Amino acid sequence: MSIIILLIIFSLILAVGFLIAFIWSVRTNQMEDDYTPSVRILFDNELIEKKDKQEHTNTDI
Amino acid sequence: MSIKKEPDVKELLSCYHCGNDCDNSPIHFDEKIFCCEGCSLVYDILKENNLCTYYNFNNSPGTSQKKSTYKEQFAYLDDEKIKNKLVRFTNGKITSITFYLPQIHCSSCIWLLENLNRINPAIIKSLVNFNRKEATLTYIEEKVSLRQLVEMLSMIGYEPSINLNDSEEKKNSGDKKTTAYKIGIAGFCFGNIMLFSFPEYFSSGSYTGDGFKGVFSYLNFALSLPVFFYCSSQFFVSAANSLKQKFLNIDVPIALGILVMFLRSSYEIISGTGAGYMDTMAGLVFFMLIGRAFQNKTYETISFERDYKSFFPISVMIKKNNNETSIPVSDLEIGNRIIIRNEELIPADSVLIKGDANIDYSFVTGESMPVLVWEGQLIYAGGKQLGTSLELEVVKNVSQSYLTQLWNSSEYKNKNEESSFRQLVNRISHYFTIALIAIALASLGWWVSQNDLAKGLNAFTAVLIIACPCALAISSPFTLGNILRSFGRNKFYLKNYSVVEKLAKVDSIVFDKTGTLTKTNSSQISFTGKILNPEEKKMVRSLVHHSSHPLSRMLDEKLNDVSAIKSENYYEIPGKGIQANVFEVPIKIGSAEFVGVKTTPDTSSVKIYVSFDSKIRGYFSINNEYRQGIEILVGKLKQSGYDLTVLSGDHDGEKNNLETIFGREVSTHFNQTPADKLRFIQALQAQNKNVLMIGDGLNDAGALKQSDVGITISDNINNFSPACDGILNASSFDSLPGILKISEASHRIILGSFAIALLYNIVGLFFAVSGTLSPIIAAILMPISAVTIISFTTGLSNWYAQRKL
Repeated sequence: MSIIILLIIFSLILAVGFLIAFIWSVRTNQMEDDYTPSVRILFDNELIEKKDKQEHTNTDI
Repeated sequence: MSIKKEPDVKELLSCYHCGNDCDNSPIHFDEKIFCCEGCSLVYDILKENNLCTYYNFNNSPGTSQKKSTYKEQFAYLDDEKIKNKLVRFTNGKITSITFYLPQIHCSSCIWLLENLNRINPAIIKSLVNFNRKEATLTYIEEKVSLRQLVEMLSMIGYEPSINLNDSEEKKNSGDKKTTAYKIGIAGFCFGNIMLFSFPEYFSSGSYTGDGFKGVFSYLNFALSLPVFFYCSSQFFVSAANSLKQKFLNIDVPIALGILVMFLRSSYEIISGTGAGYMDTMAGLVFFMLIGRAFQNKTYETISFERDYKSFFPISVMIKKNNNETSIPVSDLEIGNRIIIRNEELIPADSVLIKGDANIDYSFVTGESMPVLVWEGQLIYAGGKQLGTSLELEVVKNVSQSYLTQLWNSSEYKNKNEESSFRQLVNRISHYFTIALIAIALASLGWWVSQNDLAKGLNAFTAVLIIACPCALAISSPFTLGNILRSFGRNKFYLKNYSVVEKLAKVDSIVFDKTGTLTKTNSSQISFTGKILNPEEKKMVRSLVHHSSHPLSRMLDEKLNDVSAIKSENYYEIPGKGIQANVFEVPIKIGSAEFVGVKTTPDTSSVKIYVSFDSKIRGYFSINNEYRQGIEILVGKLKQSGYDLTVLSGDHDGEKNNLETIFGREVSTHFNQTPADKLRFIQALQAQNKNVLMIGDGLNDAGALKQSDVGITISDNINNFSPACDGILNASSFDSLPGILKISEASHRIILGSFAIALLYNIVGLFFAVSGTLSPIIAAILMPISAVTIISFTTGLSNWYAQRKL
């Protein structure tokens, strides 16, 4: 039965991972704007522009 | 929020850039039609920079460029002090700044603003937040200045709206993040602690073995630490503040409950005597944080009443030794000569030195039509100049001026009112806390008298734990939040929570006639008499342009194809008419009596007579068009037993029409000046009536302010008037009876949820006092009571909203 302790520790580590993911998403402002990225992804990159705008979804300032 | 789709090109002559009609002189450029130079200029810039994809996503995505700008408009952005206030981040080389661009309205805007580096390569990155209408630009400091950046944005039609408040908003978003962290962590801990508590609840110790029990208990203890020390800190701070003021607010029993729960559970876990109430504690904190977050969100959505500072300019041009320099408004001193240009706000009370002042005080008084001011007269802060530039001398500091005082005093008043529902909660919690401690001590005393100290302590702590008024704390934010949001869906916007409560108490309703019951629609105007030539039209408009009376506004709108010119000796008798000289010709516009016409009263329409040089020229007749559904509205209100009154600034020609709508028993008063209206409201209040005044916020600002609840009917909700408590969109006028009903219901819903919360507490107290409160009972009662309250208040208020609106 002591295997359960191991399982619990693993599940807790997993859950902490999700918590960290949540905190990271708030920190990087992903919760700030839930609309613009959905429009942005539909813009075509034109040939004259090499720079890929979609890369810059997160403000990290 | 969805992207606003521009309608397909409806007419041939609509501007390629902004979609406006090119009525007078369309400009042909590059085989396209533009309404003005500004629009074609923007197109030219975009074309030059290969940005014409802008026009592919939507038809005519631009905004009209007719608004004039001037060269030095953004000179203040070169000032280091101002710049530092605005930028988000800078390391000397790379700078990042967020602009609020109110023009953002479609996907084309997003595309253009995110491709700004094609216009200016110094911009490294630009990112749009569509919902907040913000763009964050990162640029190389050496290659482009902030001023150039703003000038470029305004050149392509996205002039940033910059104000001093920006820096404070940043702090606000930090608070929001902290709340999100706290909810996340509390939710995480709550879920896990509950999971680890299940073995304890669902089995006797023998089955899982003692080793497990210890492990689970210590895991729970570890998980409860962040909840206690981080997530619940705000309750302790609030409780401490309230104790300092010698008052027991709702956070005192909450903080007490959390503290006792944590200490007793820690003791039980460490001494190995029990499992503790850690899951109850974490769940409680989690639910209460959600309640607070919900409350803050509602506050945010109803804050149409913004701080006066957000309307204030950030800098002002001052004139010194014939040089014009721009300084921050906060550095303004008494005696400074300031230059105010078209569309600029006056930052401090000043005396007019030079120029034609045409001041729009809509922000201060709600009067949206400009007022003429003569040289040497005082202009109050908050007025907006329309027309040519002015030279003023500052006579009061920014902080002492009339506007600031007005706002500060009303802000103070509002804060007191705002908390009236919370006051109820706090009043209840005050006695609740006292009763709670009494019960806890009594049960301790009783068990001690039975010589069972252990059980006594158990009961003492259990009472404090189970009675923690989580449900009580979340009931009013959820009820009022839901009600305000359902009002918002029906285009009714309130200043704050307390207005709901005051609406519930209303027993008499006063309507303003013109502009409220009737529509302001210039298409209903016709002129009888010898037709006016353009020159004469100009003269008429020059007069009506300066008056705030709804009829003048309608005429002004009707005559908007000619421009107003300078008038002299302007004089207005409120409710009668206006007179002035234009080109040395004395002109009178107004009622028959004012202009000097003897006629038999004709009730079919309102007539505005015009005379040039004392010779009567004819009259404009305006057919009163009542808003739709007024009869039904009046019928419903009468049925509910409200006292109705109609006040009108016009003559009694409409009396018959009004009587067919309102019935004979409703009193109607005609020829009322704004001051009369105010006195009428005061007289009603002297009879202990709670008055709801419904006006258009333009010429009855005083009455709106005096009434217990003043609601402005508006076709444009951005029409801001500090005098009113709420703004109702004209299209939702007929939902007024429903709004009043729901306001009444809100009180009952809150009291009902209090009753439910207390019921749960009594059940819990029964277990607690008898010393048999097991962790599982606490763990079941707490979430169930919270969920019941949330679903009760949300469900009931939404049900009412659906049925009544």
